[in-house]
Amino acid sequence: MNAFLATVRRDLLLALRRKSEVLTAVFFFVIVTSLFPLGIGPEPVLLKKIAPGILWVAALLATLLGLPRLFAADHVDGTLEQMALSPSSLGLLVAGKILAHWLLCGLPLVLLAPVLGLQFDLDASALGILTLALLLGTPLLSLIGAIGAALTLGVRGGGVLLALLVLPLYIPALIFGAGAVEAHIAGLGAGGHLSLLAAMLALAVFFAPWATTAALRIALE
Amino acid sequence: MKQSIIQWFKFGSPQAFYPLAGRMIPWFWAAAAAFGIAGLWISFFVAPTDAQQGEGYRIIFVHVPASWMSMFIYLVMAFWAGLGLALNTRLSGMMAQSLAPTGALMAALSLWTGALWGKPMWGAWWVWDARLTSELILFFLYLGFMALQAAIDDPRRADKAGAILALVGVVNIPIIYFSVKWWNTLHQGSTINLTKAPSMAHTMLWGMLLMALCFWMYSIAVALTRVRAIILERERHTDWVKHAVE
Repeated sequence: MNAFLATVRRDLLLALRRKSEVLTAVFFFVIVTSLFPLGIGPEPVLLKKIAPGILWVAALLATLLGLPRLFAADHVDGTLEQMALSPSSLGLLVAGKILAHWLLCGLPLVLLAPVLGLQFDLDASALGILTLALLLGTPLLSLIGAIGAALTLGVRGGGVLLALLVLPLYIPALIFGAGAVEAHIAGLGAGGHLSLLAAMLALAVFFAPWATTAALRIALE
Repeated sequence: MKQSIIQWFKFGSPQAFYPLAGRMIPWFWAAAAAFGIAGLWISFFVAPTDAQQGEGYRIIFVHVPASWMSMFIYLVMAFWAGLGLALNTRLSGMMAQSLAPTGALMAALSLWTGALWGKPMWGAWWVWDARLTSELILFFLYLGFMALQAAIDDPRRADKAGAILALVGVVNIPIIYFSVKWWNTLHQGSTINLTKAPSMAHTMLWGMLLMALCFWMYSIAVALTRVRAIILERERHTDWVKHAVE
């Protein structure tokens, strides 16, 4: 457990020494969501209807932007090999890195989403559901994305390839995440969607670090 | 030690499998041709014209087998990929690699024929129906698998990385399918009901089954041909390949 916390702390420290990288993904999220009304038109009814989808797609893309950074630097300077050789299990260290990635790339999106939701005229309860859905969904995005990041480590054209691998796997999260808010607005209740999202998160917490570790070991061979 | 009738481990070696595949390919081509001729004959000349859909429905004789094969090939591919990861056999990875383009072709064919069928029947090339959407996602999964394999130069690493991706994909396929299905029912976008088709005439079912067998045999023949090419390419440094190509 100490190794886990040490990895989280180390990754957070490293990121905070280079704040611009983290902030870029956050600003990307803000800019992309602001572009949609400009492209579609300022009608409040329409914007309110498409808000959950837009915020979720933007969150997906913003998470994707941060993924190549997850292992790349550690792979280049050899830290990853040391981690694989260390006495504590690689899976635990990888889980720590994924948590750190979520704290840096996912949590800011969750915190920003209610503010951006206001631009789309969502009311308070819908904003609450949106935040809750993102709180459950963004860790899922980080976990699934980590598998893709490990698979494309040190591979030609890694960034674009990563998008091709990971985005189809993000579809269930997108459907239930955006669906939760839409169901709430439609008066159907968001409970079912949120439960499914939580179930997928539980599944991913168990399997994703394991698959990521297997992929990393292949990359390190 | 009990001797097994089929020596599985012997044919796990590319060198032993290469001539075996060569001997099997003509048979599968012949089977594909026989089933194809019979299936096409039934589907064009024997099967009656559909009362509601006219002659245009005959495209399902290609469409349905292609959809079946696209899903089935992904499972077979994931099976070989998993076997390759578990037993560290070289041939398994080659099989998975050789199946992927055929699977992608089937998915593309299924989407394309579906669009051609949808335009006269529904009046739209594309609707966001659950089946269409999940077929499209399956196509993306194939593309991702092939792109990952193509991007990695070391074939052994490409096999293993592809295997993990295929297994992650196979776990995700049911999740994706049900999420798309529930998403579709929530939205109620299209009022088209694919499942409530009029009960099918026996001849139509026969035509479809024969065409499915034809596609199946074709897929095996093509995958074996491709795996032979992959074996030659990867084992080109060995003596037996130099003799084999002479």
